[in-house]
Amino acid sequence: MPAQEMQVPSTVTAGSAFAVTTTGSGKAVLYIVGPGQALRRDLQLGERVSFATGELYSAGHYTAVLATESSAKNAEFDVLPATQPGSLGFLAKPSRLPVNVANGISGSMYVFDSYHNLITTPMPATLELSIAGGATLTRTVTTRNGLAWATMNSATKEGSARFTARVGDISSTRIINQVPGEPCSISISARPNGSKLEVQTAPVRDCSGNTIPDGTIVTFIETLGNSQSTVDVPLKKGIASVVMPANKGSKISAASGAVAGNEIHWDGGR
Amino acid sequence: MKPIACLTSALLLSATLLAEEPAVRVAPPQLQGSRPLEQQTESSVIRNYLESWKSLQEALDHNQAGKLDRDFVGVARDKLGDTVEAQSRMGIHTHYQDLSHDLQIVFYSPEGLSIQMTDNVEYRQQIFEKDKLLATTVVRRRYLVVLTPSEVRWQVRILQAGLD
Repeated sequence: MPAQEMQVPSTVTAGSAFAVTTTGSGKAVLYIVGPGQALRRDLQLGERVSFATGELYSAGHYTAVLATESSAKNAEFDVLPATQPGSLGFLAKPSRLPVNVANGISGSMYVFDSYHNLITTPMPATLELSIAGGATLTRTVTTRNGLAWATMNSATKEGSARFTARVGDISSTRIINQVPGEPCSISISARPNGSKLEVQTAPVRDCSGNTIPDGTIVTFIETLGNSQSTVDVPLKKGIASVVMPANKGSKISAASGAVAGNEIHWDGGR
Repeated sequence: MKPIACLTSALLLSATLLAEEPAVRVAPPQLQGSRPLEQQTESSVIRNYLESWKSLQEALDHNQAGKLDRDFVGVARDKLGDTVEAQSRMGIHTHYQDLSHDLQIVFYSPEGLSIQMTDNVEYRQQIFEKDKLLATTVVRRRYLVVLTPSEVRWQVRILQAGLD
């Protein structure tokens, strides 16, 4: 009696239907085994064994084994990813950053078919950064080895931005909060109030004109002769103010982060 | 005679273990990302990836999905875990022995959250039905691998064989 034989296709598209033809007679078991999936069918030799859509879906290399009680034959084939995108893996960073940072936002997307196989065929993909009421920045790139990536500048205006990766009809979005940068400059003024001096900053902004968030610390420094005293004050509505002793001959300044403001020489009334 | 026998066994065991270590060739990275790759990162990624093959071997040879947890995550963990479960249900197990790896890191994402590598790997696959060997094949395929960092190591997120 001739031994069992089988014919398998050399390649199968992930998730598509296919068949294995067998010859011989008697009972047998067909195994299809790879790292990504394993299937088993009991059959009568001579049958055509059909696999339905969606049964074998994990891309990779497979060995088909046609086993009887006394012997086994094997053949090899590959399951290839489908070409139609089904989902995206989108890694974006950071979720929060200052405005106006060159290449401060980056995103990498991995393009999968409907069965989470990486689609290795090159295809166009876009990365978009859009801000409410502002322009949309778009980068079009071609996937390579199933991935595409881009970096983008953060906008000059603070606010939430939508960072979207798109391939065909499939998209994935991350929200990026763009916050004001460091103070660009600090300007202070002083006026007497009885025996005290009220010192306050002008609205503190970054170099793009965005108001620095409340809570940011401004340090007021009073220097009198060889002594120096400091007061840390959080911004409220973009302004920091403090009441200090009106010491004649003192020098008053303010700083926040790496930025220092103007200096006031208090001579008792001017 | 006994010490000699022990020594012989030890030598044989060592020779066997040595024979099971795959040949590894690492090509210089050819990065399409903008982030520079430190030598220490490259070494860690490759070491962790090669270790993941040992986990894969143990998991699929003994049908123990838990062996995958240290080295695999996401899609790769899910698919390998499903295979372990299916093999167990079908009464088979598979012995994979990686014979050689030809590795190259091709992408390090700007944000540092993923590394992609190609591996022209040669491995032996032996399929067993209980203890009966059904098939032995030697496979050469180009794998695309994506690894992502966890707290302590790089884990394989995508492990996909393709045609050259």
